[in-house]
Amino acid sequence: MIIQAISFYLFGFVAVAAAVMVISARNPVHSVLFLILTFFNAAGLFVLIGAEFIAMILVVVYVGAVAVLFLFVVMMLDISFAEMRQGFLQYLPIGGLVGIVLLAELLMIGSSWIIAPATEDLRSFPAPPIEQITNTHAIGMILYTDYIYLFQGAGMVLLVAMVGAIVLTLRARPGVRKQKISEQINRHPEDAIEIKKIQPGSGI
Amino acid sequence: MLSMSLLLPALPEIVLACSCMALLMVGVFRGNNVTRSLSWVAVFSLLLVGFILSSIQTGRMTAFGGQFVVDDFAHFMKWLVIIGASLAIIMSINFNEQEGIARFEYPVLILFAALGMFMMVSANDLISLYIGLELQSLALYVVAAFRRDSLKSSEAGLKYFVLGALSSGMLLYGCSLIYGFSGTTSFEGLATLFKGLGGAEPGVGLVVGLVFLIAGLAFKVSAVPFHMWTPDVYEGAPTPVTAFFAVAPKVAAIALFMRVLMGPFGSLIAEWQQVIVLISIASMVLGALAAIRQDNIKRLLAYSSIGHVGYALIGLAAGTEAGVRGILVYMTIYLAMNVGTFCCVLAMRRTGRMVEGITDLAGLARNQPMLALAMAIFMFSMAGIPPLAGFFGKLYIFLAAVEAGLYTLAIIGVLASVVGAYYYLRIIKIMYFEDPAEIFDRTIPREVKIILVGTALFVTFFIIRPGVVVEGAASAARMLLTG
Repeated sequence: MIIQAISFYLFGFVAVAAAVMVISARNPVHSVLFLILTFFNAAGLFVLIGAEFIAMILVVVYVGAVAVLFLFVVMMLDISFAEMRQGFLQYLPIGGLVGIVLLAELLMIGSSWIIAPATEDLRSFPAPPIEQITNTHAIGMILYTDYIYLFQGAGMVLLVAMVGAIVLTLRARPGVRKQKISEQINRHPEDAIEIKKIQPGSGI
Repeated sequence: MLSMSLLLPALPEIVLACSCMALLMVGVFRGNNVTRSLSWVAVFSLLLVGFILSSIQTGRMTAFGGQFVVDDFAHFMKWLVIIGASLAIIMSINFNEQEGIARFEYPVLILFAALGMFMMVSANDLISLYIGLELQSLALYVVAAFRRDSLKSSEAGLKYFVLGALSSGMLLYGCSLIYGFSGTTSFEGLATLFKGLGGAEPGVGLVVGLVFLIAGLAFKVSAVPFHMWTPDVYEGAPTPVTAFFAVAPKVAAIALFMRVLMGPFGSLIAEWQQVIVLISIASMVLGALAAIRQDNIKRLLAYSSIGHVGYALIGLAAGTEAGVRGILVYMTIYLAMNVGTFCCVLAMRRTGRMVEGITDLAGLARNQPMLALAMAIFMFSMAGIPPLAGFFGKLYIFLAAVEAGLYTLAIIGVLASVVGAYYYLRIIKIMYFEDPAEIFDRTIPREVKIILVGTALFVTFFIIRPGVVVEGAASAARMLLTG
């Protein structure tokens, strides 16, 4: 129990601290690295509440794909973040005010939130008890049976997205030399080498 | 065996998906020089899907735990999609070669779009509705920008994509509100819930969700006030793509509109009827007035299609079986007229380049009398002049509106079609009574000629045997309403 509490506060503290560093770091690359740290800690929090599948997805999708993509964009586009950050203090009061109003609204909604008592029974796919079956197993059982149609449909959407990106951007560039290993191996000495008999003293 | 029979209702979709992927693989390995044969194989597989569709059709069936439904309504609409997609592929074969954009992805993407439309037409759940819609739209964004070296085509694709993404967002927002306030995404569940209300006011959250859902769908059928993308996209996209845009996606989106509003939300007609009436009036009026000042034929047809959607929505506003039947007949005739007109536009080519101005048609009657005659037939039909097919489409719609007591809507519809007749007749006047402009190249490919003659005959002789279409539409409408 005590280990759980310690890890919760550790993950929570690091996540918040890293999130603060994301917006305050000077170097955008550092920002992205702190973002990755935040994701890892959030994943840790998910593991603590027993949602290991979401934790792994968070790492794989957000760290593996999204954050790395951010990193690419930050490194490849030459954006002057120092310039973008100018006027930060100037806009801080009004921005802070908007933030406080939003926070107050969220608190008001959150405190008056009621879940209808019958909701639990209405669920079409009640969550199985966590002692008997793992998250991943439970999601798989629903996704590949009841929702197979939508799963396959989503797969087709992604395939079309990939085909579309290739159709619109791939161009055959002339004059690009590629290494074809099979051709290199299949070359015969007769094709490539010409042997000349040169008489001494006459030159070529 | 058990699992096979569970999948049987979705067999056409499965075959279509498999042929999409098979054609994609063949194209990737063989390159662009097989485009022509690949296109014909794509048309063939669409027809095969149609054959399977007709042979397994027995009443109403659901699959995948009720997320997917097939009935006479879906059957009718899927046939329209098959015809629209096949014709779009056939029309494109020579065009794409002449324009230097003959790439094998084109037929494959059209097939993917058709698959998305199939899923839309058969949607029986808010999630499957969204997945189908997105599959269709994504394929359409790409084909709109298919001539990627042309600025206009890229602009068309980008504009369609940005606005389409916005409308998808609205649709999703509506779906999530509906789900949040009702607790289910299944159409059957929603229908039971709303019937249980017994005429009482549904929660305001549900009505807001419904309005967002209607907004998202109205974008896809390009009804006013969500029509802004239509003229630019129609003008920029390659002509066969425009022909495809004008027919198949509209058929599928109108089908979805009917499926959603008449099915689960059927008992809430008091909530959505006024929205549809407003959209319908605005579309008809804008379609009629804005088209007058156009001088590009594709832009003109875009505004004309906005107007046509307005007429079709009258049938939806009526909310009766006669209204649904009217829409189905209207969309069938609309498909034939539009495909035919776009075949004529494809023939507008001078010294190897496409021309799109309306004045380029001047004196066509003297240069190419047959082409001018076909164009005149389509224009008369679109204006709704008897005895051509377009008249009957409007007749069934207006009849349904009058029966449902929507007199104002019917009168505005008739007035708008009188105004609309002006610009259709103007094209005929330019073709027949003005001094001939330069002659067009006589290079209409044979298959385009066949489509042109076929659609012209359909439009002209619809009056002799209207029963085939009307009876099919009537049984489809009956099934949609009784379930």
